[in-house]
Amino acid sequence: MSQTIYLDNAATTQTAPQVVEAMLPYFSEHYGNASSIYHLGAESKEAVTRVRDCIGASLNAQPEEIYFTSGGTEADNWALIGAAEAYGAKGKHMITSGIEHHGVLHTCRYLEQRGYEVTCLPVKEDGRIDLEALKQAIRPDTILISVMFANNEIGTLQPIEEIGRLAKERGILFHTDAVQAYGHIPIDVQALSIDMLSASGHKFHGPKGIGFLYIRKGIKVRSFLHGGAQERGRRAGTENVPAIVGMGAAVQMAFNGLLERAEKERHLRDYLIQRIEKEIPYCRLNGHRTRRLPGNIHFCFRFIEGESLLMLLDRKGICASSGSACTSGSLDPSHVLLAIGLPHEIAHGSLRLTLSEENTIEELDETVEAIKEAVEKLRQMSPLYEDFIKQEKNGQKEE
Amino acid sequence: MYSEKVMDHFTNPRNMGEIENPSGVGTVGNAKCGDIMRIYLDIDENHVIRECRFKTFGCGAAVATSSMATELVKGKTIEEAMEVTNQAVMEALDGLPPVKVHCSLLAEEAIHAALWDYAQKNGIEIKGLKEPKKDIHEDEEEETY
Repeated sequence: MSQTIYLDNAATTQTAPQVVEAMLPYFSEHYGNASSIYHLGAESKEAVTRVRDCIGASLNAQPEEIYFTSGGTEADNWALIGAAEAYGAKGKHMITSGIEHHGVLHTCRYLEQRGYEVTCLPVKEDGRIDLEALKQAIRPDTILISVMFANNEIGTLQPIEEIGRLAKERGILFHTDAVQAYGHIPIDVQALSIDMLSASGHKFHGPKGIGFLYIRKGIKVRSFLHGGAQERGRRAGTENVPAIVGMGAAVQMAFNGLLERAEKERHLRDYLIQRIEKEIPYCRLNGHRTRRLPGNIHFCFRFIEGESLLMLLDRKGICASSGSACTSGSLDPSHVLLAIGLPHEIAHGSLRLTLSEENTIEELDETVEAIKEAVEKLRQMSPLYEDFIKQEKNGQKEE
Repeated sequence: MYSEKVMDHFTNPRNMGEIENPSGVGTVGNAKCGDIMRIYLDIDENHVIRECRFKTFGCGAAVATSSMATELVKGKTIEEAMEVTNQAVMEALDGLPPVKVHCSLLAEEAIHAALWDYAQKNGIEIKGLKEPKKDIHEDEEEETY
């Protein structure tokens, strides 16, 4: 197999060498429990404190508003369940969107089974929620709005500032799953009126198994894990110090030159989008053309199925992902693609490419050639394409 | 996740394509669920399948099972072809992951649908052959969480 071209950075990123280097001493030398009183424990505690400070600053938040979790899913579960339980006496209605990550959607379903009502907002064709629909959905008993910062599949950025302002005006909590956005684009929780925010370390070159939930001071959220006094008693369990240190190193790297990096990725992204649109017929760009994550490219190719496309790309060393049923483990294609109004058969032919700043134009050129070849091969094999071409020919004859 | 045989038949599919003026053609599956298989048969006067070709829209397993199914029925009489079950296709491919078993069922259905078309065109009856379902997923239940 040729060299690996990694274009699945929304799934996970390479742990940066500097991150690994920063973590290692916290396994073998500074292995103390951060709760212990002696010097070895103090070293761990200081390291955790430094990372908390750093993350707080990155969001324009206070360090004590940052709570470490095992990742984005835990942060989402905690934010929703914790807020639902704490504010359940005030109301039992929540609002979310139809294209949230399952970490939010399945938690909503769990809450629905426990007496909460959840309004799932539809999205427009570009993946953005309709603010008018959001206003309409708000009720006197609405306690929480949870809308993701950026979508993990199609990369669309939501109108977070407007949602935050609306939630603030109406006295409703606003949670955002920023797993795909944090570390890639600037986020200011004050300017955007965000009350809770979920993030995950491995999406920005940090280690897996670590993330955080930002909870604005004064907001009541029930404890999620019960036990020791860690995380101000709200999330018990011995701190995963090496992972926290690793995430801290990744945060520093991510925010050092964030805008330049995003600009570079945008350039690569738009280059790839432009080539695919120009050179491969019957394709469709999904998500918003400009209001999207700097590194996200998402296409549907008609008449073919996503898993076979991924398999052919893999043979060329290219790592990508798809929202087809075969990759989702069910008969249905991704809920995100159905929510933006794609018919099933088109949603099955989806391809997501997610970049990092490490990707080069040469790699993207190679990728375009590989996609062209694979799409052509699969279309030659496709009865849908055969029927389409025959129809086209007949149509021409009739004319 | 896939056996070497599946990978081989996926990357180098056998008998892919169409047959002009086929003796029988059958299309099964639906695009909604992500796989469609079409089988073309060329059958001689002795009821022997001279040629068998396929076109498939679907995942790697769907392509590989189509390819293998055409290999298994080629050169066989229609009675022998009726013996080619999804189990036989799966065994020939050294197995399929559990979530992909439906692909092998699709292959069996596609062969049967093509044979049905042949039988209809020629006014004959093939023992054990039933009219194909229009959509093989129609009696599957929706997944629940």
